[in-house]
Amino acid sequence: MSSAAASTPSETLPASAGFETRRRDRASMVGTAITGGATLLLLLLLGVILGNILVSGLPGLSIRFIISGADKDMFDVNKAGVLPMIVGTSLRVILMTLFVIPVGVITAIYLTEYANPVSLTTRIIRTAVNNLAGVPSIVFGLFGLGFFINFAGGTLDDLFRPRGAEPLWAKPGILWASLTLAVMTLPLVIVATEESLKAIPVGLREASLALGATKLETVRKIVLPQALPGILTGGILAVGRAGGEVAPILFTGAAYYMAQYPRALTDQFMDLGYHTFILSTQSPNIDQTRPILYATVLVLLLLTFTLNVVAILLRARIRRRARASH
Amino acid sequence: MSPSTEAVQESWSAIERGRRRRPVEYVVERGIFLVSLSAILMVFLIFLFVGREGLPVLLGRQTSAALAEVIPVADMDKTPPAKLQRYLGLTGTQFQEMDRETKLELMTLKAEGAQTLGKEKDARLNTLEWRYLLFPYQWTGYDRPEAIWQPVSTIHKYNILPLLIGTLKATLVALLFSVPVSLAAAIYVSQLAHPSHKEWMKPAIEMLSGIPSVVLGFFALLVMASFLQPLFGYESRLNAFVAGLALGIAIIPVVFSISEDALTSVPPAYKQAALALGSTPWQAAWKVILPAAVPGVCAAVVLGFGRAIGETMIVLMASGNASIVSASLFDSTRTITATIAAELAETVFGEHHYRMLFLLGALLFAATFLSNLLATRIMTGLKARMEGRA
Repeated sequence: MSSAAASTPSETLPASAGFETRRRDRASMVGTAITGGATLLLLLLLGVILGNILVSGLPGLSIRFIISGADKDMFDVNKAGVLPMIVGTSLRVILMTLFVIPVGVITAIYLTEYANPVSLTTRIIRTAVNNLAGVPSIVFGLFGLGFFINFAGGTLDDLFRPRGAEPLWAKPGILWASLTLAVMTLPLVIVATEESLKAIPVGLREASLALGATKLETVRKIVLPQALPGILTGGILAVGRAGGEVAPILFTGAAYYMAQYPRALTDQFMDLGYHTFILSTQSPNIDQTRPILYATVLVLLLLTFTLNVVAILLRARIRRRARASH
Repeated sequence: MSPSTEAVQESWSAIERGRRRRPVEYVVERGIFLVSLSAILMVFLIFLFVGREGLPVLLGRQTSAALAEVIPVADMDKTPPAKLQRYLGLTGTQFQEMDRETKLELMTLKAEGAQTLGKEKDARLNTLEWRYLLFPYQWTGYDRPEAIWQPVSTIHKYNILPLLIGTLKATLVALLFSVPVSLAAAIYVSQLAHPSHKEWMKPAIEMLSGIPSVVLGFFALLVMASFLQPLFGYESRLNAFVAGLALGIAIIPVVFSISEDALTSVPPAYKQAALALGSTPWQAAWKVILPAAVPGVCAAVVLGFGRAIGETMIVLMASGNASIVSASLFDSTRTITATIAAELAETVFGEHHYRMLFLLGALLFAATFLSNLLATRIMTGLKARMEGRA
């Protein structure tokens, strides 16, 4: 496969096609084989991980497993279920979307439509977005604890709760976990939205302005509707990424066990990713609980990985369309 | 290619002069600007709030000495309340609500505790001083100076050397594994693969980034650890090697994706010229395209490094978590991230262990911040060169 690819003229470079050499060079063949092998290895790796989880997870996956749970025996193969974790993970991700999408989209609109690309402010915003994307997830966890719970929550308690009462806000809860995740996924949404805004032909904006629309009207009625697929991609990426993150919610909201579903923003919640961690590291008998562990991982993957795949495919399509329109 | 921000901007500025803008729109547009500053605000707040909790340790304002100065029980009434409160380790409300008898009792307990501790030579040390944090120390009962991280013990030992070494070991394995493989795959996908294969290969490899890190941690813990141990025959099932390999899988999408972009961004004329001079596609890729894209590949490695030292769940689950100083990759290891994740839940707010973990977090933040800055620098330089602006 690799040697065939090496001697095939590259279609993206029509100019070079005629000059393609048929010369047989040993080093070239070895190099092509090695790099092709590396590509194959990566694809295999993906296949092995997904295959292993799918094959070992499917037997444990039943309707009962998905719709039951909240049982104290989370390590009992016949009783355990994941419904509370699915609900908890979904709730925290939906809440997060409510926070992150508006802020991310508005920032992207400012950066592409309004900002002067060479001004200092714009450069600082871009640097901040880049750096936010690289902050380790555990640091977001520390930030959530230090800022949201201890500072924001502490202030709320001081203001609205009687002195000496049990803290209501200054403790882990689903609101703080969602906000922490929203900060973490902000760069994803900004970058994805920006990319789709840039892919919109300049002529559309010009036509709208020529018809007498103001800049804001153009942005609202012409640019934004066109950018919807990109915004959607950003949202899906954020949900896929945040859905599987455990480190940021370790101290900000995830609970080891809860008898009931979260009912208020200040309640803690059970989480699929955190549950996976508990099942893999704290099981009294790992061989016995292996089926539920694999089934939990499979559910987690079905929820997050599929979203990521959809986002990657959507993004590839937007990029192709952007290339085609320019 | 999509139009650059500059192109979009130019089209705006050409038409902007004739627009009519309503006052409401002015307010909305100001609002848009303010919201767009939130990313800056967030980075600033992270810096402030993670740093703030760790700062007292850095400034030497916190002490971890198990045995502080003892206030004799008889002197209780002479001591100012604020000092007494700190001495007894109580919060303001607790102190106010407590009656005199209970306080006396606490003081007696404290004095008795100090007497037993008095026999321990190290009890008076403030282990948060720099020399105890960074250098090995001859602890009582040990044969030679040792660097120990042992926050939960009578003498709180906070030497961060074992954690630094652990983090570097896991990161080193991750980079040694993922960089060559990802770079080779990037060369193949961007230069040698048939375009129709390239179309699906790139998204497929990038799908690795869709696997949550807790799932990779689980995979390393259950599958990789069991598979690799008989293969290499090492003693400890979970170690820096296993964790590093899983960490490598986690950073492959980053390294691959950025190197592939860098290789693709090299102007096609380079390749066409090389092919015209009679080189094979491999020779063009290896001797012309790759050297031109070296800065981008460096940026990919730097970003991968930043991602690897910050990854938490994988190392927490697969590294074994023993904080020992050793050069062997096959020994159980504890990294900075895993330490924070495992220990923060059991610390007391504001106490030295809590602050120490935040200091570690700030250290991590600084390291990734710098590596990000460096990578961005390299990439902007590369982009400028490829577009012929530099």
